[in-house]
Amino acid sequence: MKCRKCGGKAAINMRHHKLGLCKVHYLEWLPEQVQRTIEKYRMFGPQDDVLVAVSGGKDSLSLWDILHRLGYRADGLYIDLGIDGGVNYSAESRRLTEQFAAAHGLTLHVVDVAETYGESVPALAARTARGRHKPCAVCGLTKRHIMNRIAHERGYTVLATGHNLDDEAAVLLGNTLQWAGGYLRRQAPVLEADRPGLARKVKPLCRIYEREMTAYALMRGIEYIQDECPFAEGATSIEYKELLNRLEADKPGSKLNFYLSFLRAKENGLFAPPGAMDGDAIHACPTCGQATSAPGECVFCRIAKRSS
Amino acid sequence: MSVKVLLRNKEYEARAGTSVAAALEKIGVLPESVIATRNGEVITEDEILHEGDVIKLVPVISGG
Repeated sequence: MKCRKCGGKAAINMRHHKLGLCKVHYLEWLPEQVQRTIEKYRMFGPQDDVLVAVSGGKDSLSLWDILHRLGYRADGLYIDLGIDGGVNYSAESRRLTEQFAAAHGLTLHVVDVAETYGESVPALAARTARGRHKPCAVCGLTKRHIMNRIAHERGYTVLATGHNLDDEAAVLLGNTLQWAGGYLRRQAPVLEADRPGLARKVKPLCRIYEREMTAYALMRGIEYIQDECPFAEGATSIEYKELLNRLEADKPGSKLNFYLSFLRAKENGLFAPPGAMDGDAIHACPTCGQATSAPGECVFCRIAKRSS
Repeated sequence: MSVKVLLRNKEYEARAGTSVAAALEKIGVLPESVIATRNGEVITEDEILHEGDVIKLVPVISGG
């Protein structure tokens, strides 16, 4: 297969775009696609201070790399969850993130959950009914809490996460299978800071296939953690991704079409506007100030209090 | 000597003269779920395998 731009040997074939590119042109093409997404959804501009949530994985490190190359002011936030799982998962992902930041001269904020809140995420989760068997739910709310807090405290105007198209399509499939109206209404490339204590969140990779992100990281020589989180084994989102990949293999472009059709349908009024059907007043947590669905302290503050 | 195909901690064999796509089909892996590399370079699925090649398949899916 040949590169469409130069006729040289292609390194990647993107069947959904009917496009083959060599390494040189692929490393130019992908950041251009990200820039187009940033502009299309009016995510942020050169005047913004962007905080990138980096996990040490291929998507977030590549996103940071791309934003830096596109000339944006983008600092990183790494949250050390204290997950070991027999593979030093957090220690290794932290090392790779710090190594990336140092090599590129970028500013990285590190929040160590155990140092800050007294216990690691698995230990915090073990104290709760929802996290006793698997800490994923508590991990998610801990990360959201810390990302909002740091963005707010440090004055960042926008928080960027490395969610790619496959992440978004898998979430969409899960929410559709359950007709989870509230979640479907809120799933979008940009989440406005429309609730107390929440940062404006953007997903600049939401139209980029996970496979394309992997290829980018490999071709760019970004060293990332290839081990899966030890708690991700058997996760439903991974099953959905595999299911969607089988569909994609038969019909290239299915994942992109699924996601973009959803965004278009939403834009055309398929769902009631946010807030119209919520019926759930939003309150500010008296301890951290972030949004919570019930009066009183938010779930994160209640969990964190138990460990102190 | 044939072709070695590595995926996570498993090793498979493929025939020289066939394509990466054929090797993936033989071991039951969807092209959508991996990136194939040879000597650290990303290669396409139509690439023909040669005697002694070591093909590392990098998993694409992550998350939880």
